[in-house]
Amino acid sequence: MWRFTLPLMGFGLLVLILAIGLTQDPSEVPSPLIGKPAPEFELPRLHDPSQNLSLADLKGEITLLNVWASWCESCRVEHPFISEIAASGAVAVYGLNYKDERGEALKWLKALGDPYQAIAVDQDGRVAIDFGVYGAPESYLLDQNGVIVYKKIGPITARDWKEDVSPLIQQLRDKQL
Amino acid sequence: MIPEFGNFALVMALGIALVQSIVPLVGAVQNNSRMMAVAVPAARLQFVCVAISFLCLTISFIQNDFSVLYVAKNSNSLLPLHYRISAVWGSHEGSLLLWALILSGWTIAVSIFKKSLPLTLSSRVLAILGIISVGFLLFLLLTSNPFLRLFPAAAEGNDLNPLLQDPGLIFHPPILYMGYVGLAVPFAFAIAALLQGRIDASWTRWSRPWALVAWIFLTLGIALGSWWAYYELGWGGWWFWDPVENASFMPWLVTTALLHSLAVTEQRNTFKAWTLLLSIFGFSLSLLGTFLVRSGVLVSVHAFATDPARGVFILIFLAFVIGSALFLYAWRASAIISLGRFSALSRETLLLINNVLLLVACATILVGTLYPLFMDAMQLGKISVGPPYFDKVFAPLMLLLVFVLGFGPMTHWRKDTFKNLINRLLKSALISALLGMAFVLLIFGPAPLLTTLAVVLGVWVIASSLATFKNHLGKDKPLDRLRLLPLAYFGMLVAHIGVGVFIIGVTLVSTYEQSETVRLAVGESYTLANRRFELADLTSVQGPNYNAEQATIKIFRGDHLVSTQFPEKRFYHSSSQPMTEAGIDAGLFRDFYISLGEPQQGNAWTMRLNYKPFVRWIWLGALLMAFGGLLAVLDRRYRKKQEGAN
Amino acid sequence: MNRKLFRWIVLFLLMAISHALPAQQVVTFENPETKQRYENLLENLRCLVCQNQALSDSNAGLANDLRVEVERMLRQGESDQQVVDFLVDRYGDFVLYDPPLKTSTYLLWFAPLLLLILFSVSMITYFRHQKTIMTEPPLDCKQRARAADLLNDVDQ
Repeated sequence: MWRFTLPLMGFGLLVLILAIGLTQDPSEVPSPLIGKPAPEFELPRLHDPSQNLSLADLKGEITLLNVWASWCESCRVEHPFISEIAASGAVAVYGLNYKDERGEALKWLKALGDPYQAIAVDQDGRVAIDFGVYGAPESYLLDQNGVIVYKKIGPITARDWKEDVSPLIQQLRDKQL
Repeated sequence: MIPEFGNFALVMALGIALVQSIVPLVGAVQNNSRMMAVAVPAARLQFVCVAISFLCLTISFIQNDFSVLYVAKNSNSLLPLHYRISAVWGSHEGSLLLWALILSGWTIAVSIFKKSLPLTLSSRVLAILGIISVGFLLFLLLTSNPFLRLFPAAAEGNDLNPLLQDPGLIFHPPILYMGYVGLAVPFAFAIAALLQGRIDASWTRWSRPWALVAWIFLTLGIALGSWWAYYELGWGGWWFWDPVENASFMPWLVTTALLHSLAVTEQRNTFKAWTLLLSIFGFSLSLLGTFLVRSGVLVSVHAFATDPARGVFILIFLAFVIGSALFLYAWRASAIISLGRFSALSRETLLLINNVLLLVACATILVGTLYPLFMDAMQLGKISVGPPYFDKVFAPLMLLLVFVLGFGPMTHWRKDTFKNLINRLLKSALISALLGMAFVLLIFGPAPLLTTLAVVLGVWVIASSLATFKNHLGKDKPLDRLRLLPLAYFGMLVAHIGVGVFIIGVTLVSTYEQSETVRLAVGESYTLANRRFELADLTSVQGPNYNAEQATIKIFRGDHLVSTQFPEKRFYHSSSQPMTEAGIDAGLFRDFYISLGEPQQGNAWTMRLNYKPFVRWIWLGALLMAFGGLLAVLDRRYRKKQEGAN
Repeated sequence: MNRKLFRWIVLFLLMAISHALPAQQVVTFENPETKQRYENLLENLRCLVCQNQALSDSNAGLANDLRVEVERMLRQGESDQQVVDFLVDRYGDFVLYDPPLKTSTYLLWFAPLLLLILFSVSMITYFRHQKTIMTEPPLDCKQRARAADLLNDVDQ
């Protein structure tokens, strides 16, 4: 009788879902902001707090906005690769200094080098919440119009760059032409 | 040498388990009694090997042998001896070894108590248990070997996770595993029944005690885990609907359904295929739980460090074991014919409703637990399914179940009439409605409708159980009747009363608990739920492998000192995470629960004060259920020599 | 080691690293109803960093910031829905322990009802079907005797 095969079929479906589930990372959460304009912000610059950095300054070119802090160990790990990206000139790299102390942040940049075109200071983490930041480091790729096209939680790696970011940049450039 | 010896014993166990699973099955097909007879000595030898292996790991822990990777990761020379022993199952590899040990322990128990079973049936059961052992031993040896060496040896161990350094956690995993693994026995009985193509009353009499014992352990294990979470995690919750908790709750629900369905099969010779299916489901869910906990597909507080290879292995094993069991079911179940007939209103129907509700509850938890995974797999985005969802969908199902429960034992088998049923139960229904409402009203004042309803239903279960009991005794010579009542009957009553107590506890604590986060300096006090909490002193305390800040908190009712509590915040040498040791003034009708937060300027701390009315009833209810199960197991009819099935 | 110094070190460490502890900030609202809303909201929001704690229970840095945000919004008189929308816009549905009802979650929310109907119907049809099989041949003497036996069994 076919009804006795129902449990078996249900179980097959379950195994299928579990098998697919094994290939996914449960802790990785996509951002709902992808494809949407980046939130407006206006924050003092790290090097010159009297000057402000705002979203408008980032528009017009493809930018990588990197959230970092001097207290963050993984940022230290990520830093050489961020410098490499900045040096390659593929995108304009901006920094968002997240819940940091100005003195410490400047010391950090002095010791490791400063790859950023400009750095906005988010002292209380309020702008970071608008960006949906979990913690440092995180990186956002913004297109010429300031729309978020990619987000990476945690240190960005050469592999991310090659597999995800580079093709995106290529697409954006193609679209512009 | 000792770890190598343990490893060798494990390999030996695998070899023996292979023999145990293949030879008797072949023997059963060929009707060769000598081949079938291999099952018993093989099962015993396998147990000895696994036990030796387990002992070797324990010795490595006791001797602080940090050249063993698993020991170095999970122990420390400062760790007290009892925690060094419980650290054996403190992490993935060792807990899996414990699992294998318990499985071979259950197998040997079957081989001892099998005397009255026909040889074919018993050797099939042992062989199927052997197959499961093979899977777990392979899993241990291939992906999770606890005897791997660390070279060079570590000078000092990493220490056991501080959360696990607690008496509750010494007992929680073994007891829970006894339940999980114990479900393998009714599973094996079901498969053996499918292989032989029929089940009869004696089959249920063999199978039912095993299901009962496993269920008792599951009940105790879950209750212990909940109690541990309550006092150790520091925020006073007793159930979080975490995937791992759900993984233990699902087999419990199905096994509860199975116990009831077995009762019908035993008494009325019906529900047979259904009973078999539930036996298969019970162990399947326990395997599924293992997969969820150890594969990393879900985020959970309890999850073990994960490794994709492990997930793949368990999934394949799970697909093989459950897949073949369900295939066998699809193929053979239609041949198993149930005889008993019953009318629309009968105890059979009510037990059927019980089974449907329990199964729907279980399936709902399964859907809720796996839905985020499903969404992710379908690329529909990430969602969380948490306590609000489960509370909403679970409460109505449980209330319905409890409502029906009150009628069940009072209804006649086969056929009953509404008129008779109402006659028998009207009094207890009225009493419970009045008593329940009065109870809530007098203690807590006017209550929300749902709270009142739930309490009334809790009282209803208790009242109707007592009414059934009275009804059973009859009017003349009640004492003679009492002596004749089987223990299993008392077991049922006690377990049902436990359900009522549990429902009342859950309802009252979730409706009326109060909590407040406050900042107190020494000498200051705060009043919550008519009690004044005064921070009397702050001291520092040194434990064997931690330091702690300890607060002295006096709880006053008016001017009368009710109790003095010493909540702590512990800082283990090995861990960057401080631990909260709550101070709990426990009572049958309420707990006062204090957990320290963070130190503040000026000799002050933030702390969370909680008032938890009737929270103990939750575990009391679970204990009553387990005790009821125990009474049922001890019933004469499972002990007396049974006639063989021919 | 000097006991006092030791205590100081422990206290310092506790202050510096208080991660994964029940969060304990003292928050007061003038209106007890707002306080209740605040606590309910936090209990039903998931901490994104530790992922297995509610926002109310987590002491991660982000959880603290988000609690401050929620507090601020409630003080400004915004509704629960506005707070929830604010968080969902930034962090997605993942932040909600109480999944929203939408096309992709219909199956989740209606699962209990569907399952209840499915199981009940299949049970009823199964036993109906079984009964028709059984009722065709009337009970013979042997079966009747057996039925009587069973009934006796029950009465015992």
